[in-house]
Formats: sequence, C-alpha cells, structure tokens
Amino acid sequence: MSGLTLQNIVKQFGTFTAVKNVELTVPHGTFVCLLGPSGCGKTTLMRMVAGLDLPTSGAIKLDGKDITNVPTHKRDLGMVFQSLALFPHLTVGENIAYSLRIRGVGKEEQKKRVDELLAMIHLAGYADRPVSKLSGGQRQRVAIARALAISPKLFLLDEPLSALDAKLREAMQVELRQLQQRLGITTIVVTHDQREAMTMADTVVVMNGGEIRQAAAPVEIYRRPADTFVADFIGMTNLIDFKADGTGASVLGASIPSLAVPAGLKSGIISVRPEDVHLTAPGNAPVTGTVTFVRDLGGTIETFVEAGGKQIVAVSMPNARPDVSVGQSVGVQLNPSDCVVLKS
Amino acid sequence: MRREAPQKLTDYGPLVFPAGMLITFFVVPFATMIAVSFFKRNPSGFYTPDFVFENYERFLSLFFGKVLGFSLFLAVTVAICCVVLAVPFTYLLSRAKRRTQVLWLVALLSILSLSEVIIGFAWSTLFSRTAGITNLLVMIGILDQPVALNPSFGAVLTAMTYQALPYTVLVLYPALVRLDPTLTEAARTLGASPIKSFFTVVVPALRNTIVATLIMVFIFALGCYLLPQILGRPQHWTLSVLITDQAIYQSNMPFAAAMAVFLVLVTLGLVGLTVYAGRKGEAA
Repeated sequence: MSGLTLQNIVKQFGTFTAVKNVELTVPHGTFVCLLGPSGCGKTTLMRMVAGLDLPTSGAIKLDGKDITNVPTHKRDLGMVFQSLALFPHLTVGENIAYSLRIRGVGKEEQKKRVDELLAMIHLAGYADRPVSKLSGGQRQRVAIARALAISPKLFLLDEPLSALDAKLREAMQVELRQLQQRLGITTIVVTHDQREAMTMADTVVVMNGGEIRQAAAPVEIYRRPADTFVADFIGMTNLIDFKADGTGASVLGASIPSLAVPAGLKSGIISVRPEDVHLTAPGNAPVTGTVTFVRDLGGTIETFVEAGGKQIVAVSMPNARPDVSVGQSVGVQLNPSDCVVLKS
Repeated sequence: MRREAPQKLTDYGPLVFPAGMLITFFVVPFATMIAVSFFKRNPSGFYTPDFVFENYERFLSLFFGKVLGFSLFLAVTVAICCVVLAVPFTYLLSRAKRRTQVLWLVALLSILSLSEVIIGFAWSTLFSRTAGITNLLVMIGILDQPVALNPSFGAVLTAMTYQALPYTVLVLYPALVRLDPTLTEAARTLGASPIKSFFTVVVPALRNTIVATLIMVFIFALGCYLLPQILGRPQHWTLSVLITDQAIYQSNMPFAAAMAVFLVLVTLGLVGLTVYAGRKGEAA
C-alpha cells in the first residue's frame, strides 16, 4: 500500500528501551503528529524513519518497499530539524538548492526551483542573503523550503516551531498545514505542544514511555481518549473514580443510571471534559458540591468545585456564566453521553 | 558592555605587567637581533657594532634562495599533510564516546612531552635498514629485503608531520566539537552520503579554522632545525638549519641574524597574503 508503515519497531539504547513495539500506518498524503511528553520516544521514532538511527528490530516500509536498512541519503526525504541546521557557510538560495546540487541538477534548473520555493515561502528575492541575516521565522521557512526542494516522498519535522514566539508559532502552524494540503505530501511532525498537534494533524499519535497510547483524529483523541494518560495529556479533564452498580455506575456518591459500563468492569475511571460539567442549583442534580475557586479568564470561566472529596473543574463561556461565588453549594450535572469510561 | 577609554595614566596600570613581559622577552631580543644583523663580523672574535648591508648581500645568492625555497616548500607540505590527516581524524574523534576522546587526547598530548631530538632518533631507528619498519614488511612478505628509508625527504616529512600533528589536532578539536552535529545529519537527509556531507558541510563550515591551523603548522614547521639534520641529506636542510650552523658553529652571528630577520619577513608576508586572500574569498 502507498504510504509509510512501521511494523513492530523497537529501539534500545543499552538496557534502556526508548521505543517499544510501535505499529503505525501513515497513508499517503496525510499529516501525522507524534505527540508526547519529553523522553517519550517520539524523536527517536522519527530519527528511525529518517534513517539517522537504526531500529533494534522491526521494519519500516515506504510505499510497500522495505527501507529499514536503506541509508538516509537514499531515502528521498525532507527533514526540518529543531535547530533548523541551516548551513552557515551558504546563502539562502544555496541552502535551498543543496539537495539539488548534491543530485547533480543543472544550475539553471536549480535557480528556477529556488525561485519557485522562495515565492512559496513568501521570501522571493532573498536568494543571495546570508542565512545569518534572517529572522527566526524566515529561517524557519528557509529550512522548510530546503527540505521540500526535491519534492520528497516524506516530509519530517522535529519540533519545528519550538524556537518561535507564541504568535508566530500559531501563524506558522496554519501556514504549514495549508502548505501540506496544497502539496499533498505525507508529513510527520514531532511535537510536545498538543495545541500544535490539534491544529495541524489528520492523525494525532499520542506516545508515552516509548509506546503509542492512541492514534486517531484530533477530535476523536479529545472526545474519546483511550486511557487516562491520553485524557489527561490532551487538554483539561476531570478523572473521576466510579463503581459499577447493575444498571449504571455510582460516581461521587451519586448514581448515573444510564452510563454504559462495559460488561464485567466493576470499577474504573471516567473522564469528563470541563465544558461538559454543568453547574445547577443544588438539588437539581444528583451530585452536590461546594465552589472553592472561580478563575475568570475573560474568554472562559473555570469554576472549581469540591464534591465527594474530589476537585472538579467546570468551564463555561461568558454568555453562560454560572451565577456562583466561592463557598456556595451547587449541583453538578454529568450527562452519561459526555462521560468516557476508562479502565483504571 | 561599553567600556570607557582610559582617562588617567594610572588607568594603564593593569597593562604594566604584560607590557613588561612582552618588552623583556620579545621586543628587546628581536630588536637586538635586527641590530646585530647590520653589525660587522669580526673573524677573530665575535662582531663589532657597525651599519653594513653585507650580511644581507651575502644572503642574496642562488644557494640561499634555493634553501629558502625548500624551507617554505617543506613547511607548506608539512602543514598540508597535518591538516589533511588531522581534520578527518579530529572530526571522527569529536563524534566518539567521551572515554575514547580522552584516551586519544592524552596519547596525543604525551607526544608533546617528547623532545625534537628523541623524535628524530626514534624515527631514524624506525627508518633504518637493520632495525626499521621495513623488517616487518619483509616478515609479512611485502619486501624481499630490508632497506634504509633515511636519509630522505620522506623521512624528514614524516617526522615533522608526526611532531606537528598533536598541535594540529588540539587547535582543530574545539572548533569541531562546537560544530552542530545536526548539520551533517541535515546534509544526509538532503541526499548527501556521509563522505559527501563531510566535504560539502564540515570542511566549508570550518574554513576559517582550517586556514588558521594551516598557518600555525606552517610557522611551527619553519622553525624546525634538528629533524632535517638527523633524517635528511644536506639538500633537505632548511634555512633554520643554516641559521643554527652560522650562529653556533661558524660564530657568524650577524649573518645568522640577517637570515633570521629575512625568514621572519617572508613568513609574515606569506601569512598576510593568506589572510588577505581569505578575506577576499569571504567577500566574494
């Protein structure tokens, strides 16, 4: 099949296992984000895809061809490094043309392609500038253009936007996504920023401890997290213990009758997103709690409620501002359809 | 940080010690040498103060021209050999494990503790017919019988390269350690084989360091006067050998001084030219 396939990839450094039995399929033309905390093995996994590290065992296939032992320079890929790794002794144009020069492409054609790429990254006319004279965002674009010069089969980016300030980073995320869609190129990005992953990816791959915890579309990851790690890592969530009780489950001392608990599961954890926690007048909901803190951020309002010995966060928009103050008693309404049941 | 220019005489206080050292150990001896180069030789004794150009005139002959030419050629060759050997070696060393790096650096530093005399005689033994390395080649069947490899140009070149290599590595090492390893990785992802990425990224990115190292080894090799005598024939003797000969064995201090001054001027000229060419190349 066309695209990238990782089969049972393991990578060990001495006795430390950085990547454990990773299975992943990236269909042609999709945008995948490897997301996880630092040390989760996401960069190691990408370096193996690039051929900069060799897997201890397992196979990497690109368009059905086994490339596990193909050296990096024969893989026809484009990679953007966290440090960008622009060549300091070359100009912007020479940097972009490097992969063409290495492949013996003619001078005229090199120049044409460089101009094309510079126009694409909105830096037309910068070809003769030294790299040291560019701003952070411009360097970023040059690194992207350099990686795309040969129209690679795979486009890899390792924490590409981490050096940029927050505003520029958001703009570049959108730009990168639009560029990827226009070119239809199979792209893998390593990031620890979940917002970045949600913005850009078709598929978000959440990793922890060298394993893939969940690989799915961003909304799916957010709405249906596979386990407590994913639920907690992606956005804010409330993780609440429950006990199965025949028809539903008892949560925080109250019963949610229609909560669908998988058969045989006696107890576990439910994940409820803060925006799905509804505050009502006490007595109107099965669970009653006390407001401990209200954080009004302008755009959203977070209300911290203590109920059944647990801290629960509810988020609401300003137009649905709950009329509560610290110390007040409130009802906490949890809809069964908003609760995701996880094994503990 | 902006510093104010010195206002009072006492502001120059911190400079007294380095300036004193520089004057005592560099300016005075060098000025003495320049002065002596214009003195008149006294065949029965040493020299008498005078202002004559005969020392320089004597130097302007085909013989000394050839010696000067050979000295420069030898120094340039040693510098090139050292850099060609040291750049790949140091590059690989800088990518090796910490322990390996320390072991190699200690081994290289230990060479610096050897005197030129010991290096010379050690190599003359290694290059000899009776006890030299050719005996090993005979043993493994490459040669039919052992041969003497010295005195020869190759022997002089080998020993001088051996002597200068540790300095070369020590000068290159910090620059190579600082070189971002992702640069070569980036080159490889862009389609360059490891060897190609070394020549298209590592070497050009280190151009200034490499030029500086070439100049350093060149000057170092120019002052070498024992190895050519121990391992070379008289035609392999450098200007430094002749200067030593004139100063110590012929007691002709004024002539030796004149040659030394001339050698310094030629060296400065060549280094200046290299730096100038480097600047021009950078601007282009």
